[in-house]
Amino acid sequence: MIRACRIEDVPPGEGRALTVAGRRIALFRAETGWYALDHVCPHAGGPLADGILADCRVICPLHERSYDLASGAALSGGAGVAAHGVQVRGDDVYVEVSPA
Amino acid sequence: MPPIPGIDLPGVHPFRAPADCAAIRAGAEVARHPVVVGGGLLGLEAARGIAAQGRPVKVVHLMDRLMERQLDAGAAAMLAPAIAEQGVEVLLERRTAEIVGDGAVRALRFADGEELPADLVVVSIGITPQIDLARDMGLLCGRGIKVDDRLRTSAPDVWAVGECAEHDHVVYGLVAPILEQARTAAAAMLREDAAYRGSVMSAKLKVAGIDLVAIGEPAGDVEALATDGAGGVYRKLSVRDGRAVGAILLGDARGAEALLAAVQAAESIDDPLAHLASAATAGPGDLPDDAQVCNCNGVCKGDLVAAVENDGCGTPREVMARTRAGTGCGSCKPLVIDIVALATGGLSDEPAYLCPCRKQTRDALARQIREAGLHSVSEVADACGTGRECGACKPALAYLVSEVNANLHREERHARFINDRVHANIQNDGTFSVVPRIHGGVVSPDQLRRIADAAEKYGARMVKLTGGQRIDLLGVRKEDLPAIWRDLDMPSGHAYAKAVRTVKTCVGRDFCRFGIGDSIGLGIEMEREWEGLYTPHKVKSAVSGCPRNCAEATVKDIGVVAVDGGWQVRVGGAAGATVREGDILATVPTRAEALRISTAFLQYYRENADYKERTYDFVPRIGLDAIREAVLGTESAAVLIERFRLAKAAVADPWLERDEPYHPRQFTDLDAERELVGPPAGGAR
Repeated sequence: MIRACRIEDVPPGEGRALTVAGRRIALFRAETGWYALDHVCPHAGGPLADGILADCRVICPLHERSYDLASGAALSGGAGVAAHGVQVRGDDVYVEVSPA
Repeated sequence: MPPIPGIDLPGVHPFRAPADCAAIRAGAEVARHPVVVGGGLLGLEAARGIAAQGRPVKVVHLMDRLMERQLDAGAAAMLAPAIAEQGVEVLLERRTAEIVGDGAVRALRFADGEELPADLVVVSIGITPQIDLARDMGLLCGRGIKVDDRLRTSAPDVWAVGECAEHDHVVYGLVAPILEQARTAAAAMLREDAAYRGSVMSAKLKVAGIDLVAIGEPAGDVEALATDGAGGVYRKLSVRDGRAVGAILLGDARGAEALLAAVQAAESIDDPLAHLASAATAGPGDLPDDAQVCNCNGVCKGDLVAAVENDGCGTPREVMARTRAGTGCGSCKPLVIDIVALATGGLSDEPAYLCPCRKQTRDALARQIREAGLHSVSEVADACGTGRECGACKPALAYLVSEVNANLHREERHARFINDRVHANIQNDGTFSVVPRIHGGVVSPDQLRRIADAAEKYGARMVKLTGGQRIDLLGVRKEDLPAIWRDLDMPSGHAYAKAVRTVKTCVGRDFCRFGIGDSIGLGIEMEREWEGLYTPHKVKSAVSGCPRNCAEATVKDIGVVAVDGGWQVRVGGAAGATVREGDILATVPTRAEALRISTAFLQYYRENADYKERTYDFVPRIGLDAIREAVLGTESAAVLIERFRLAKAAVADPWLERDEPYHPRQFTDLDAERELVGPPAGGAR
């Protein structure tokens, strides 16, 4: 578990990117909870942290591929992305990166 | 109005014409004790409208149950709590004997002497035909003017249809029966063979959050009933002499069209329970061709399918324009869209639903936002779930909320596309492009210097002149945006947004030897007037100083061309994936008038187009006649321009967020990582 940020660092309903253990991660603060996926969209390299969030998915800003926030599964075709663990302790948000 | 003493007091309104609605709405803003007399369909809709303004409202009803003409006791009992949940209190079995007040309404007095405080009274207790003239002429009258099966009155060559006519002891007050009568009467006048056998009444309660459809008779000699008390569902099919005569669907109106078709055809029903159950799962494909889909305009499923198969309509919009289905109350639009999709093989890809997950159209959502006074995307999501599931409609919803509230909405950036969160256009490598506003394409040497300095300082990968006469700095990092805007010290060009983009100009009469109009002056004026407004899709404009049209105004969303003796205004032009010559809206003598009608059109487009619908689709869909009526009519244009001014008054340059970000991390990620993502070899798509 690596401390990623404080809760207030990510605006509600948005995502922000950070590098954890050499890997670019997108951290999301959705209405349904916190989630973390790989930041880079496997389709064309879009920045997923800049996507629009729905209850349980993120839409890539470049070509609107969408991914399940919890599992990283591709919801509109193509390959999925890795999902990572997130824990909120007090005001701090921690990320546990899944093995590559 | 019924002859109740005090009915003429100020503060007492009927519920019929648009003017009544305006008066009720105005009254509801200040009323402390609004009361609706009459618990029928319209009375309940009026009450819900008042409650939506945040006023607890009472409905006073003569009978022992609501909507007694359409509902049985069981359905009425389940409707009551659903209505109460909407902020409407129902008082049953109260006969209003008098409306009391001194100068203005103060209370209702019931037959038993009880008084109910009231400072706004809406009277909705049915209609009484005005048949004095007919009676004086000697026409045979009952409650209305008596007509036979060919809609003939008792006098030769006199026909009657509608709310004044009584056919077989029934006076119809709904639009669908009146249209059926009109059709028969027209045929009868032409001496064609036609007979009117009465209509099956079908009523739909148009109150957000309550699904209720009542068809035909409320009871039969055999009834199939399915209820779920906890879920507020009550579904009943009534059968008499083995034939369908009525249905009530509350809380779950699936299959309403199929059941209406069965009642209209007096279909023989062997197993009512099975029929009721299968109606619930019937899709649009299961409907017979003669199932009426649009009750306002009497359009059947077969008409919609024929519009696709025989008339070449390819989208719900075209089908609606051709058949008029969905253009009345609008409640059948979702079904129309489904049937068209079925008939076209699902090839229609137009965004007719604003929210496909919840099957919500723009019109329905706009109405709900207006009626319930919603101010943010979250409030809309809480009210009806729109925007929750797939999220794809959030930007459309964000625009709609801002437009309906004249930009006095509560902005939620999570509902916006990244471009509108950081006011720049995302590029394929995750960097952004920066386009400062250059009004009319006219730039000063000082601005050019600042642009050049900023391009170097922030490492823009390319500086590009755009088709709209702007300068684009490509490859700027998100975290550098506030600083580059500060250095540029120019307003946003909105090149990243669905908004008023550019007004392109030719040099016009100040320089050009052919110029006859001040195109630069008008172009700059237009751009300053409209700058900062968001629109359903981007709006590109141009002003040319003579008919040679060097600014290409004939292929712009709004294009103005100086012509001999005035200015020609065109709308709906395009020169992108689609090429379309703009339609001439009008030719006007003065520059001020050209600006005025262009502005009225812009606002009309802002208020009526679907999200992502460019003017080149919008103009042919609405039709030039309807647009002209709204935009060129003195009064309607004044109203549009008034709303335009309200919307404009509430906008600011988004690039000023460089000093007042909506969040400390509006432009930054969580660490100093500046490594860029990138497109794969060979590019994306």
